[in-house]
Amino acid sequence: MAVRIAATGLRAWLVQRASAIYMLLFIVFLLAHFTVDPPHSYPAWHAWMTSYGVRVITTVFFAALLAHAWVGLRDVIMDYVHATALRVGVLALLGFSLAATGVWMMRILWMARG
Amino acid sequence: MYLTKAVARTRVRDMAATGSPRPVFFNLAQIQMPVGALTSITHRVTGIFLALGVPFGIYLLDLSLEGPQSYARVTRLFDNVAFRAAAVFFVWVLAHHLLAGIRHLLSDIDIGSQLPIARRSAWIVNFGGVAVALFAAGAWL
Repeated sequence: MAVRIAATGLRAWLVQRASAIYMLLFIVFLLAHFTVDPPHSYPAWHAWMTSYGVRVITTVFFAALLAHAWVGLRDVIMDYVHATALRVGVLALLGFSLAATGVWMMRILWMARG
Repeated sequence: MYLTKAVARTRVRDMAATGSPRPVFFNLAQIQMPVGALTSITHRVTGIFLALGVPFGIYLLDLSLEGPQSYARVTRLFDNVAFRAAAVFFVWVLAHHLLAGIRHLLSDIDIGSQLPIARRSAWIVNFGGVAVALFAAGAWL
């Protein structure tokens, strides 16, 4: 079953839809928040961004973003890079870059700061 | 219907050369694309731009949270007209990608899959993205 799902690309399709819908809701929420109650100073911005709830939904947002970018860019790479060794190399580079981006983002979100 | 004469001629030539009924012709500059193709290609290109923009966004977020001085530096970036122009461009990139994505999600649940509606929604996406960007340009430029 797992093999069949991987072979049909159903999982990639599902990841792309689920992450898209979460990110869409997140962006609508951000737009609404910044329209209704925009932070006007550093303390206000910092307090909002580091509140527990915003940290959690932003963490999920970046997880969705990285998964979405992986599926999308992987498709682009598979369309244009055909030589197997080069394709594996480029995909590995992409995976490493996305993972590094995720680590960077988690450090910003969860490391305690002034 | 979407083929120019030159394309049609090349198509015939390629079909004769390969002996295959499948047309082999990929010169995008000469193919006259239906509106949905433009929406689709732009969806892909804007996706690549968004991915490339992610590190810049995270860098700015990091800077804005580092302290009052670096927060002020980020807000002052908006005094720079080149930065505002880049921001407007990214508003278009994001708006087109979102609208084209919503069009995909709707077609997943069988809304707008029929050709006339698909063509109309493709026009709406293409112009909708530009309209949002013009709105941002009006506010910032």
